[in-house]
This record gives sequence, C-alpha cells and structure tokens, in this order.
Amino acid sequence: MTCLPAKTEKQLGLAIDLDTCVGCQACVTSCKEWNTGGHMAPLSDTNPYGADPDGVWFNRVHTYEHTTAAGGRTVHFPRSCLHCAEPDCVTVCPTGASFKRSSDGIVLVDEDKCIGCKLCSWACPYGAREFDTEVRVMKKCTLCVDRIYNENLPEEDRVPACVAACPTGARHFGDFSDPNSSISRLSAERGGVELMPELGYRPSNRYLPPRERTQNAATVSARPLEAVTAEGGFLGWVDRILSR
Amino acid sequence: MHPALSVIFFTTATGAGYGLLALLGVYAAFGLLPSDLALGLVSLGIALGLISAGLFASSGHLGHPERAWRAFSQWRSSWLSREGVAAVITYVPAGLFALGWILFGQTGGWVAGAGLLAALCAAITVAMTGMIYASLKPVAEWHTPFTLPAYLIYAAMTGLTLLNAILQGFGLGGRTLVGLAALATICGWGWKRATWRHDRDRSGLPTVNSATGLVGGTVHSIQWPHTERNYLLKEMGFRIARKHSGRLRRIMQALAFGIPTLLFACALLAPGWVAILASISAALIQFAGMLVERWLFFAEATHTVTLYYGRES
Repeated sequence: MTCLPAKTEKQLGLAIDLDTCVGCQACVTSCKEWNTGGHMAPLSDTNPYGADPDGVWFNRVHTYEHTTAAGGRTVHFPRSCLHCAEPDCVTVCPTGASFKRSSDGIVLVDEDKCIGCKLCSWACPYGAREFDTEVRVMKKCTLCVDRIYNENLPEEDRVPACVAACPTGARHFGDFSDPNSSISRLSAERGGVELMPELGYRPSNRYLPPRERTQNAATVSARPLEAVTAEGGFLGWVDRILSR
Repeated sequence: MHPALSVIFFTTATGAGYGLLALLGVYAAFGLLPSDLALGLVSLGIALGLISAGLFASSGHLGHPERAWRAFSQWRSSWLSREGVAAVITYVPAGLFALGWILFGQTGGWVAGAGLLAALCAAITVAMTGMIYASLKPVAEWHTPFTLPAYLIYAAMTGLTLLNAILQGFGLGGRTLVGLAALATICGWGWKRATWRHDRDRSGLPTVNSATGLVGGTVHSIQWPHTERNYLLKEMGFRIARKHSGRLRRIMQALAFGIPTLLFACALLAPGWVAILASISAALIQFAGMLVERWLFFAEATHTVTLYYGRES
C-alpha cells in the first residue's frame, strides 16, 4: 500500500558532512557500481560514449559557492534520496509500487508494479528519483538495502556503498529514530539540517553544515627565497645593469 | 515541467468531454433535453469520444501501459489512482444514460437520473485530475488554491461552449445558452488572470538556501554533477523563453477566451446561420486555445529540483 506506515521501528538514513566533502565523486561512482548490479539493477546508461550521454544515478554531487559576510567558500553537495518520514513520492503512486518500509523507514520501488507514470518523480522536491528509459520504470536510492543486511559481506562492509567509499569520512550511516545512536548524536552536535523543511516531507537524512571559520589559525608565511631589498656593492651594480 | 503532448491532450479532451457529459446530464434532469436520436448520437458521441480518446492518450506516456490496471488499487492515498477509479465508474451512469437516450429514445425518468449521476461522476473525475496537480508541493504554480477550481471552471466552460455549438447545429440553440457559454468563458479568463497575478506575487517558497541547507548569503551553482541534461532536467527542468511565454499567453487568451467571447456576442446579436457558424467556430477555437493553456500550465511550472541546478528563485 502507498499509505505511509504510522510508525517505523527504525529510521535509517545518512548524515552528510558538507565541511569535509571534497567533491571527489567516489560516492557517486561507488553507488553506481554497486547498484547497477544490486536490488534496482540495472542503472541503465543511454548513449554513454556518444554526444548526449544520459543514465540513471542515485547520487549526484553538486558544487556551490556560498558567499556570506564572512567571505566565500566552495561547498560540495551530494544529493540523494533523503528517505523522508512523509514522502509524497510514496502516497502519489497509483499502483503501490512505491512504499516506505515500516521496519527501517527505507523508501523503495517495486519495479514489477511500476507503470512508469513518473508522478513520484514530480512529487519529490529533491530530485531523488530517476526514470530508467531502458527498463521503463522509476528507480531510486535503496540505501543499499542489499548491503546493510547482507550476511555474505564482512560486518564492516554492511553500510551503503557511498558511505564505504567516502575517503574523507564525510558520509555517516545509522538509525535516526534512536536519539542515542552515533548518527543522531553527531547530527545534534554539528547542528545537522533538514533540506526544505518548509515543504513538510520531514526528510531523514541530515546535512552537517560547514564549520565556522576559525580566527585562531596560525599565520603561515614562507621565508622569501631572495632578498627583496636592493643589494649594494658590485653585485648590486650588476643587478641594476641587468635590470635595465 | 516538461509539457508532454499526451498529458496535455488528455487533460484538455477529458475536461471538455466530462464538461459536456455533465451538462447533458443536468439538461436531462431539468427536462430540457429533447429525446432526438441524432442529437443523442452526436452529443454523447462527442462527449464520450473526447473522454475515451483522452484516457487512451494518457496511457501514452506510461513506461508500462500493460500494467495500467494496477493504477486502480491505491485510491486510499493517490489522486491519480482516484482519478482512474472515478473515470471508470463514470462510464456506468454515462453508459446507462446513452442506452436510454439512444436505444430507448427517452431522456426523462430513469434516463435523466442516470444523466444526473453521470454529471456528478464527471465533476468528481475532473476534480481528481485537478487534485493530482494541486497536491504536488514541489511545483509552486500548481500547489495553489487556484488549480482545482481552474480544472472545474475550464471543464464547465469548454463543455458549455461545446453544448452550445451542438444545440445550435441542431437548430435547438437559444440565447440563454449562448449567454451562459459567454459568461463561463469570461469567468475562465478572469480566473486565468487571477492565477497569474497570484503566481507573480507569491512569496515564502523554497530557495536554494533551504534546498541546500546553507544558511544566509548567496548560493551559486558553480558545477553540475553531469555535463549533459539528465532525466531530472529533461522532465522537471523545462524552461520557456520569457518572450515566447508572453506571446503564447497572448495567443492563448485570444483563442481560449477573447475570440470565443466575440463570437458569442455575434451569436447573440445575429441569430440564424451566423449564430450557428459563430457557435461552432467558438467551440473549435476555444479547444485549440485550451491546448495552448495546458501547454503553458506545464511549461511555466517550476519544480524545486531546478533550485539545485542554479534556478535563482
């Protein structure tokens, strides 16, 4: 049913640290690599080596310049499904293909029921859903549901592929419904924000804002490689002659 | 939003079809409908033809039309599912209404009852269509109190214009009906202009700041995640050039409202063949105008996902 569960036992999600993300796209490619063979496989590409390549990706990294009174800074911004508590993408689905799991709050698509009407992608404010023009159904982030419970993987690998891939540790995975979970504490500590809270979707994922600039950093200045004042004597005379 | 031709034709055709069906039902209930066989065939043929062609066209944009039957299952939560259910249910009283009128040659009694029920179902179906768009929070131009009434008003307007054209064609037209069609057209025009004014003056919408969670200052997109247009930009990032928008708005107002109003004035002033010709032209021109209106309804609608790609507001 596309009615939302009254309550979920857990609410799994991601906390994404905009302070440490370097925009390397490792989470993007790792996501694609895992998921094109995973639960929602394939993530079709059309014309991948042609003039107008296109394809399905669950995770995309934007880059912004954020300018405030304190100055400007570059912010890399990974965008993927936020596994909302009130996802309209689920309730608008006419067929029951979209659903939110009551066990862990993950929002999924049953590909066999999807008629490809695309209404769910219109209902998602965050652009989390992408239509697969080859398979002709809607696809979306599964929070690597086929990794996180996968007993064939070593325990440390039972996290979403994007989290496992991040070289700077900017992506964190955990249960937001437990206020004492490490991800909940991290989000509280860093003032994790919801995206577009005014629309009322109650997204689960949190974005940890870039840290304040510090005024305490040491002033680093290298020693000049050569004297900047004019030299006297013979060498000074040669310098003046050659500088003409 | 990408203006898909199948959906534009679907909403315009079913709007006019359900409008006409509803008015025929109401006419029958008031005992105003002559039990003429040819009139029944033509008017119900046009109404049910528009509805069925529209519904058929709507399956054109589906990835898997063969699974469309599944869309009747989620009426508890989905306006699209409710629309599908309502559309199918409407065929029952509409079919009985057609049966009584065309086969038994009567438009009173139980046939009028079926007609009235068909009118109610038609209105509900159009309202469901309107709610599909009105319920979408990421599209500010649709998620307004104007969208649902707009669908009902335009269905009534195009239905009245069609009914007037058909009755005029059969020599059964009257000044009251022409007047009503003109009034509905002017109402529709006013509603459209009020909608535009509302869209222009709105505030408090999501911004790139709230979309990215970056508080204060300015946020400029300096690099997209991809070099070419992806699904999101093709489907939700449709942009219409401002100069084209202005021109199309003028064309649409002329076709959907202005010219039909003038033609209705002609029909009121000069009965006879002038009224017949004017009424039929008004219906055809208004339908073309409503196709442009629906194209603009999609093309001018902005989705919040475009904020991530650098839309300023």
